[in-house]
Order: sequence, then C-alpha cells, then structure tokens
Amino acid sequence: MTGFPLLSALIWLPVAGGVVLLAMGAMGNTASRQTALVVSIATFLLSLQLYTGFDMTTSAMQFQEQLPWIAAINANYHLGVDGISMPLIILTTFTTVLVVIAGWEVIQNKTGQYMAAFLIMEGLMNGVFAALDAVLFYVFWEAMLVPMFLIIGIWGGPRRVYATIKFFLYTFFGSVFMLVALIYMYLESNSFSILDFHRLPLGMTEQILIFVAFLMAFAVKVPMWPVHTWLPDAHVEAPTGGSVILAAIMLKIGGYGFLRFSLPITPDASHALDWVIILMSLVAVVYIGFVALVQEDMKKLIAYSSIAHMGFVTLGIFLVFTLLDNSGGVQGAALGMEGGIIQMISHGFISGALFLCVGVLYDRLHSRQIGDYGGVANTMPVFAAFMVLFAMANSGLPGTSGFVGEFMVILASFKANPWFAFLAAGTLILGAAYSLWLVKRVLFGDVVNDNVMQLEDINRREFLVLASLAAVVLLFGIWPAPLTEVMHASVGNLLEHVSASKLPAETGLALMGAAP
Amino acid sequence: MLLSDFIPLLTELFVLAMACFILVLDAFLPDERRVVSYTLSQLTLLAAALMSWSMLDNAAVVVMHGTFVSDPMAALLKTSIFLITFGAFIYSRSYLVARGIFRGEYYVLGLFAVLGMQVLVSAHSLLTIYLGLELLSLSLYALVAFNRDSAEASEAAMKYFVLGALASGMLLYGISMLYGATGSLDIGEVSAAVAAPGERSIILVFALCFIVTGLAFKFGAVPFHMWVPDVYHGAPTPVTLFIGSAPKIAAFAMAMRLLQETLGGLMADWQQMLTILAVLSMAIGNVIAIAQANIKRMLAYSTISHVGFLILGLLAGTAEGYSAAMFYAITYALMAIGGFGMIILLSRSGFEADRLDDFKGLNDRSPWFAFMMLILMFSMAGVPPTVGFYAKLSVLQAVIHVDMVWLALVAVFFSIIGAFYYLRIVKLMYFDGSETEEPLAVSADMQVAISLNGLAVLALGLFPGGLLAVCAAVFS
Repeated sequence: MTGFPLLSALIWLPVAGGVVLLAMGAMGNTASRQTALVVSIATFLLSLQLYTGFDMTTSAMQFQEQLPWIAAINANYHLGVDGISMPLIILTTFTTVLVVIAGWEVIQNKTGQYMAAFLIMEGLMNGVFAALDAVLFYVFWEAMLVPMFLIIGIWGGPRRVYATIKFFLYTFFGSVFMLVALIYMYLESNSFSILDFHRLPLGMTEQILIFVAFLMAFAVKVPMWPVHTWLPDAHVEAPTGGSVILAAIMLKIGGYGFLRFSLPITPDASHALDWVIILMSLVAVVYIGFVALVQEDMKKLIAYSSIAHMGFVTLGIFLVFTLLDNSGGVQGAALGMEGGIIQMISHGFISGALFLCVGVLYDRLHSRQIGDYGGVANTMPVFAAFMVLFAMANSGLPGTSGFVGEFMVILASFKANPWFAFLAAGTLILGAAYSLWLVKRVLFGDVVNDNVMQLEDINRREFLVLASLAAVVLLFGIWPAPLTEVMHASVGNLLEHVSASKLPAETGLALMGAAP
Repeated sequence: MLLSDFIPLLTELFVLAMACFILVLDAFLPDERRVVSYTLSQLTLLAAALMSWSMLDNAAVVVMHGTFVSDPMAALLKTSIFLITFGAFIYSRSYLVARGIFRGEYYVLGLFAVLGMQVLVSAHSLLTIYLGLELLSLSLYALVAFNRDSAEASEAAMKYFVLGALASGMLLYGISMLYGATGSLDIGEVSAAVAAPGERSIILVFALCFIVTGLAFKFGAVPFHMWVPDVYHGAPTPVTLFIGSAPKIAAFAMAMRLLQETLGGLMADWQQMLTILAVLSMAIGNVIAIAQANIKRMLAYSTISHVGFLILGLLAGTAEGYSAAMFYAITYALMAIGGFGMIILLSRSGFEADRLDDFKGLNDRSPWFAFMMLILMFSMAGVPPTVGFYAKLSVLQAVIHVDMVWLALVAVFFSIIGAFYYLRIVKLMYFDGSETEEPLAVSADMQVAISLNGLAVLALGLFPGGLLAVCAAVFS
C-alpha cells in the first residue's frame, strides 16, 4: 500500500508532540496543556481514518508500511493493522485525549513533562499494536515502560517509588524471556517478521518452551493470577491519568500479545496447555472477584475488578481449543474469541471511566478510602448518575458494552463446558456485588461528614470526559456491530491458523481431526 | 625493510610523534597557555581517527617481521579508541581546570596509553601484545596517581600497580609456556602449532590457564575483579572515566588476538573457562552493585557485569559472537564515558558528586541533563530504544545460535537484577527532591559533549544498523 503513511503518523506525531513539549518546558503550563490537547485530538482524528479506510472483507494486514531498518539482523520497519489491532489503536488515541483533558487543572507540577509523557506513551502504544516486526514490537513494548515508570514515580501517591519500581521490574522480568524466544525464532526462520513466525514450523518441545516464554511476558502484562500483584500497587499509586492508561490500554497489550504471538506461533503448545490458562483465568475471575469485594480503597477495588475482567478476556481467547474439539466449529470458537476482544475494548472504556470517577472524588477530598465518603449523590447528583452508569456497566448490565463481551464469553464457555460457564457467570454476581456495594457506600445514604457536604458537582471539563465515555459505553452496548464486523475476518483467519497444526505430519494428524 | 612497511603503522607513528612533541612543548608552556597541549592532543586524536577509519577497507597485512598486523578489526577498534578518548579528554578538561591540576601530563600520559592500546590492538606477536599492554598499563598507573596530593588516589594507584603487575606476570608466564611448547612467538606460527592434530601437550593447557587469568585481570572479570571498585573509586573521576572506557575496547582486542587467533585450537577449553568467568561476572557484578552508595563504585560493579556480557559474545566462538562482543565493547565505552561524564558535570571544585544521593532531584535542577542520564542508565540496563539493547540483543543472539540457550537465560535473568540499580538512579533524579540549591555550573564544551553523548546513545538505539553492519563486516 502506498500513499500517506497513516500508521507512522499515528506513532510519530504524538512522540514528536511530546518532544516539543519537553523542549518548550519553560513555556508555562497553559501552553503545554493546549499543545498536548491539539496533538492528541489530531492523532485521534487521524486514527479515525483507520476505521473509515478499513477493508472489512479481508484478514490481510492493511495500511502496511515496510522500510529496511537493521540490515544486519534482517529487521524491518514493518507496520500494518488487522481487525484485531485496529480497534485497539483507536481506543488508545481516544483514551489519550480524555487523559489529557482529565489532567487539565489537576496536574500543576511539571505539567509539560506530564503531558509529554502521555503523548510519547500514546505513540509507543500505537507502535506496539501496529508493529509487524518482532524487533520493532519489542522496542515499542519495552520503551513504553519508561514513560509509565516516570508517570507513576513523579506524579504518583505516597508509595509511588515502591509501586513504580515493582511495576517496571515485573514487566521487564516477563519480557526478557520473550526476547530470548524471539531471537530463537529469528535463528530458525532468519527473519524477524511476525508473519513469518506465524508460518514457521516448530516441534512440540520448542513450541512449549516458546509458549512459556510468551506466557511470562503476556501474563504479567494482562495481568493474570498469580503474577498480578504489581497491578493494585501501580494503580493505587499512579495519578488518575496513569491509572486510566494502565487499565484501558496497557493491560490490553497482554491480551493482544496472546492473539498476535502465542496462538498463531505456537498453536499446538497453546492447545496442549490451554487448560493452564483456563485455570488461571477462572481463578482470576472467581478469587480476585472475592478479593475485590473486601477492598477499602476505591482504586484498589477497581484494580482488582480489572484483573477479574481481564480473566474473562484470556478465558474467551483460550476456550477456542475446547470449542474446536467439541465440534462447536469455527463459528462457536469465534464467539469466544470475539467476546474476549470486545471485552478488552469495553473494559478499556469502563475501567478508564471508573478510574476517572475516582479521580474526580480524589481531586476534591484527596482520599480514596471508601470510608471517607457516603451520600455523595446528595451533593454531586450529576456525577453520581455517571458513576452509577459505569458501575452498572462494570457489572455487565445489558445495554452497556460490558454486557456484550461477557455474554459472548459465557455463551462460548457454556458450549465448551457448562462448569466453566457456571464459574464464569458466577462472577457476574460477584461483579455486581462489588460494583454496586461500592456505589452504595460512596454515593448513597446520608451525607457522612462535612467534607462530603461541601463537595461541588463536576465542572464542564469533567462532564465532557465522563459524558463521552458514557456515550461510547452505551453505543457499543446497544449496537456492537461496528466492532464485531471489523474483527470478523481477522478472527476467522486467526482461528484457521490456530486449528492447523504446525507439527510434522504424523503427530499432527490427531489434532487436525478436530479442525473443520 | 621498505618504506611501504611503515604505511600500516602510520597512526602509531603519528600518535607517538605527537605525544613526544606535546611532552616537550608542554615543558615550555606557561600555565595559562596549557590549553595548547589540550588542543593539540585533541587534534591528534581526531586526525588519527580519520587515518585509521580510512584503513577500514584495507586487506590484512603483516609487517615488521611478523610482529604487527593491520586488519579491518584493528582499524575499527582504533578508530573507536581515538573517538572515545577524544570524548574522555573533553570531559576531563573542566574538571582538571576547576581543581588546578590542568597539566600537560594528563594528556601526554593519555596519548601514551592510547599508543599502548593501538599496539595491543594490532599485535601479531605475543611479545607485541605484552609490549602494548605494558605501555597501556604503566600510563594508566601513572594517571591514577596523577593528582599527587590525593592520598586516596595514591592508594588506588598502588593497588592497581601491584595487582596489575601480578596479572602481567601471569600473562607473561603463560606466554613463556607457549613459547616453550611451540618454539615461536609469532601468532600465526603458534596458532598453527596449537591447532596441529595429535596429542595435545598439557603445557598448552597450563599456558591457556595463565593467559586467561591475565586477560580476566585486565578485563576485571570475576574472580579477578577486586581491583576494579577500589581503583575506580580512588582515581580522579576523569581518570576513572578513561580507564572505564577505551581500555575495555583494547582488552577485547587482546582477547581476540590471544584466544581466537593464537589459541583457536583450544577453543573447547577456553570456552568453558570463559563461561565460568561470564556467569560469575554477571552474577557478582549485578548483585553487589545494588549495595553501593557511591556511584563510582556502583559503575565499577556495573562494568564488571557488562564485561560478563561481553565475554558471552567471545565464548560463542563464532564470527557472529565476535562481532557482537565488539559491538558491545564499543557501545559500552560510549555509555561509560557518558555515565562518568555526568559525575564530572555534577561535581564542583572541592565537591565530588560521587554519592548516589548527589543525583537527587536532578530533574528539578536541569531537566535536560537528567534526561541525558536517563538515556544512559536505560541504555546500560539494556532497555530499548537505546543502543545498550542492541548490544545485549546481538550477544544473546550469538549465544543462542551456538545452542547455549541456558546461558542466554542466565544472562537475561541477571540483567533484570541489574535493571534495579540503574532504575534507582532514575528514581533519585526524577522522584526525589534535591538536597542542594546550588545551580549547575557547566562549561559549554561539557554541555555539548554530554548532550552529544546521550543523543548518540539514543540515535544508535534507533538506527543501530550502520554500526552493526560495520562490526559484522570486520569478521566476514
């Protein structure tokens, strides 16, 4: 594809904006905010062209760009998107605009650097989703840690240093093993192209080792139980914008990694070890749901609920093998996987919105403890309406986007094994319990103290942010078709990949029997 | 001997002549004109860098009765040594001026050390190796003690000298055994004798042990690393900066000449020895660095861990591995001068910014320099998009290619531990408040140098292809 390099623009425009902001550091806070807003909106508008110009009938990579980069190791600057990565890029650009607006008055300390960090991170995250070369992917993937490390560390809460170092080392730990796996595959295929990796034949032992290496990287990022412990710390200490980006996008990168790397590159190992992931997901969904129930800190509660919801994502993704075996066929398997992807995107909106809600309260009272609030609905009725909506969406109320993904995953898991469905659906109750109990304790009842009495309702800026999220949550809840249509072809293609064994013929036959 | 025999030695002769000239000239210069010696030294280095760069594509020739070789590897390594030393001299100037020790000796000794490195890099006889090594080491001993009034520096110089002499002795003993076993000092002849089929004499293995020990001393690899932290700590910072950078490139060359070219026939043996050295260096270097409160000591232990990584590339024993180790040595030297340069930048007369706490709140005092240090630290930790990542990537690739995946896993495991102490510097700069209100007084050349240094680390991280290709071409 020739013409305007849209993906490069989506990566480098925000990065350039960030560099400009850093360079004009002394220009004053207002100028930095305005520049950041202009850049983020421009990027968002550009990213919409991805959607309008997207060809939904093909599963091939679109908007491809390829330039030679490091000849010595045959790594190329190769970008492209399919129906799985394209929505995630738009999610990224959309969320960044909201984060910039949400940090408008709140961040008074080093505003230029704050906005720059978010813009640079936006570019890097777009890069992760668009990269089709493993070295390029890894560079974006790791580089992304640097701005986040600084965001939590500079603008975070009291225990920010502990949280941010834990965050960095945890993710770094996961990813270096992935690097070893990528190098191994490069030596096998003499190419760093991810699409070449998809076609690379691999034996079972190799596949399992590579799968484990990927699992370490992506499980930490998702995060899956039991490597989730960095998330509550990072979320609680991060500034509101940081929490939003973490929850809305960075966690999705783990799920995206499973779809782009683990499944197509190591289909047989994924098949053989899918029970591990399913088990970890179910533990996350059930156990973490209970943990969320007892939290006293609002951000922690939402952080744990994020882990539980991401459990749905990994569950949906890895159910495909059981579904394929159970003769549910590609159709049924697609249901689980699409459900997982929709859940990713919808969770991006909902958890982002909930963190923004907590941010609104925190900016006023500087407390995140549930016990410090009560009866907020009396003084902040408009805010309360939004928060109730997002809490409902979080617990999967029909009509909101939260319902669509969860319902698809549960439907798929019922086809796979009714017990999975039983456990997964049980969490809908748990989810409703902790979300609604949070709402009840914070918003409803009598006004508990003078601080709450003096609260002012949200201003226009906050209203704008929350309203746009509410609109999106409702839109995709009522009419999810735009999302599912976009990803349909790509998911189908991925499933075909997954159902075709990579093993040498004689061992592969048994597995091939299950494929349609 | 023909005149054309001298052409390959052009850079050596040039640096030698200039060093002697500057030595004599400096004796006649009044103190306020000292900058002339400095400028001449810098011009010498730049001219020499140009000369050796122009030799990069020449085929290998052996001259001076088989004692000196000029090949692409030597040309590339020398070019990098000149440029790194050029950077080191820039950093040194303002430090020395501020402390009233801006003397010609520093630059003359530095140039002689460079000459020693050149000889070492181009050695084609075991005796030449020893000659180059001694010229380098003696200049460095003197440099460490160069600030005569500092008791700490004198102590460090003494330690360095005694341990360095011991290591040279080991190496010489190993060389003498090789001579005894093969009857030659010429690298080509020794190599042929070692690789000859037939019963391998035990004396060769002994020789190998002593040579590897001597090498490990010079590299500062565990368990021969004890001198590194003390010398780094005690020496004046510009000297530490110099010792920690260019000589690592020379040490790499020495390892190539001795192990690959001379003792290639014993590869199976030295591979095992280097494996032990590499794993121990990465483990001890990274773990002990965490406990340091002095940044010079921390960087010393970090050097030890980087040496471990570099040795990984060597022990792969393939062209890919050698070029990866070479890339690592060159880029590490670039990061090291930047890291020590930052210490100089924060120091003032009478105040050494060598505690970790001196980096507190640097982002408030100067966002730009904090950002440069951030790049350098993430590069040392091996986080993209900095050049340190590609150094690690290419070494890991070489190691995995020879089916030593376990070694690659050990290496990445220790690099996670290593990431912690680099992150701590970033934490101090960005998350903590400053202890001092003193504004940074940085001379213009220093500002330019540190900015170029940091940006070079970043630019090479974004476009590593050129340097990687050059390193690979040398060994093909």
